[in-house]
Amino acid sequence: MTDVIRFSAARTAAAIAAGELSALEATQAALDRIAKVDDRINAFLYVDVDGAIAAARDVDRRRAAGERLGPLAGVPLALKDVLTARGMPTTCGSRMLEGWKPPYDATVVSKLRAAGVVIIGKVNMDEFAMGSSTENSAYGPTRNPWDTDRIPGGSSGGSAAAVAAFETPISIGTDTGGSIRQPAAVCGLVGVKPTYGGVSRYGLVAFSSSLDQAGPLARTVTDAALLHAAIAGHDPLDTTSIELPVPGVVAAAASRDLRGVRIGVVRELSGDGYDIGVRARFSDALEVLVGLGADVVEVSCPHFTYALPAYYLIAPSECSSNLARFDAMRFGLRIGDDGEAGAEEVMSRTRGAGFGAEVKRRIILGAYALSSGYYDAYYGQAQKVRTLISQDFAAAYERVDVLASPTTPTVAFRLGEKIDDPVAMYLSDLCTIPSNLAGGPAMSLPIGLADGLPVGFQIMAPTFADDRLYQVGGALEAALDAARGHPFLDDAPPL
Amino acid sequence: MPLRAGPYDDHSVIRQAVDTEVAARSPGSQRVVTGMAITRDEVAHLARLSRLALSDEELDTLAPQLDVIIGAVARVAEVVADDIPPTTHAVPLTNVFRADITRTSLSQADALAGAPAVEDGRFRVPRILDLDE
Repeated sequence: MTDVIRFSAARTAAAIAAGELSALEATQAALDRIAKVDDRINAFLYVDVDGAIAAARDVDRRRAAGERLGPLAGVPLALKDVLTARGMPTTCGSRMLEGWKPPYDATVVSKLRAAGVVIIGKVNMDEFAMGSSTENSAYGPTRNPWDTDRIPGGSSGGSAAAVAAFETPISIGTDTGGSIRQPAAVCGLVGVKPTYGGVSRYGLVAFSSSLDQAGPLARTVTDAALLHAAIAGHDPLDTTSIELPVPGVVAAAASRDLRGVRIGVVRELSGDGYDIGVRARFSDALEVLVGLGADVVEVSCPHFTYALPAYYLIAPSECSSNLARFDAMRFGLRIGDDGEAGAEEVMSRTRGAGFGAEVKRRIILGAYALSSGYYDAYYGQAQKVRTLISQDFAAAYERVDVLASPTTPTVAFRLGEKIDDPVAMYLSDLCTIPSNLAGGPAMSLPIGLADGLPVGFQIMAPTFADDRLYQVGGALEAALDAARGHPFLDDAPPL
Repeated sequence: MPLRAGPYDDHSVIRQAVDTEVAARSPGSQRVVTGMAITRDEVAHLARLSRLALSDEELDTLAPQLDVIIGAVARVAEVVADDIPPTTHAVPLTNVFRADITRTSLSQADALAGAPAVEDGRFRVPRILDLDE
């Protein structure tokens, strides 16, 4: 079965459950594909061959014993290297944690293991999830499988590239300001940031605690829904985890019914600065949605234009506090402990040597925004803007069921193009940040090509209404697939 | 600005300079263009507070970049929000309790396994006090 790597997660699991394919064969196919293409993509930082084979054999043994398997049992998965998993290193893309092996599993990982998902390894990311291109990794950039001279997005660039390069059918990313959706958009995938608190952050190395959220990347809406359902749910180990039933995302992905669904196009997330090709594909997709019976209207969210500056005050502030834990004392790197230098000096040397440029920029920016005297003007004001953005969302959802925008203003840019211009890089997250600030769920799904590169369509929904993303996304994907005659990723150039 | 060039523990000088800067940027008042939003000295000071050893080259690069970034994010001051409550968390939750039941915790060996240096079953750290204290 040479095309096993092109199977969706749902089809892989169904074939395993039916005895047509073993989990070991599916895992071996993923490992072979990684061996064949990853030197050109650099998605994987660590491949856990032994652990993956053991997990696959366990699924096959359980099936042979007559056990009823879950909908993702035996499916290979790539895990962003910001989530802890026992038996594998966790680096967060940083020298600071090079070689560090965490002593516990993240709750997301525990849930994946319980579901029989085969964790193939850890994938690359911008250092501590700060970036939009995966160029900020200490372990070299990941490349976009559609054009290896271009960025795969970030910070979950490894998670996106692994799935787009057919190394694994699904992956886990994290999204603080768009770090799942932007890579999904530029790699032609489905990516979802669940409602904040919907997926446990236990074992997710914190960047900005009030914004970070783990979620699925996949090649189909259904696969994303299956993975979303597998990792979501209340967790007593995360005090910000919400105690509500997981929304019915899998059923919503299959509903295909958009009659009477009201979709609001956000006026502020369009216009100048958006590629002509991105705008054209976005308009095409809106027409498809109208054809499916949806009611498409324009809405205004006036404070969204302040989301980016507010985010770049709030996230660095939380980052400067969270990253204080990398103090060279209990884990990770220690530099300059020569017997003479005191603890503070060793701390400074270690952090100076262990953190990359973007992390340093954000730590200092955060320290600045939190300084006495600046606090009210910057951090305090940004938190008020955050309230106004939530109020914009609330007002919009009185008129519509979901909001829509392009996921990113442009298609994938070239490696190196924005690395020396932080503000230009930050603009990659213009459309995705409002959902992080307000906490609501959002999805990116592929809607076509511009200049031969994927364009993403973003759907945003109210908090706890994650199922609406899948209802709209599933219907749009089905209509586009039917018109195209084949799955979107079939258009990617072969590696 | 300009922000102090004197000793970094002179808080009154820092405070005065900061207050002047904040007044220049506060909502409602016209922004006074006084050159850099952040100086190289101030970046060096913040790096020291953050326990980040930076080279001169890094400071040369970081200071102008941060100046541009701060110029961009200062736009939040345009929003009139005096009577708007701040949001600290997207989904408000308060006082999350759990039952006080003992659970197995990390073993000592697991906790120490990733440490840079270990001695007698503990984290070994560089000296934390100056010798003359």
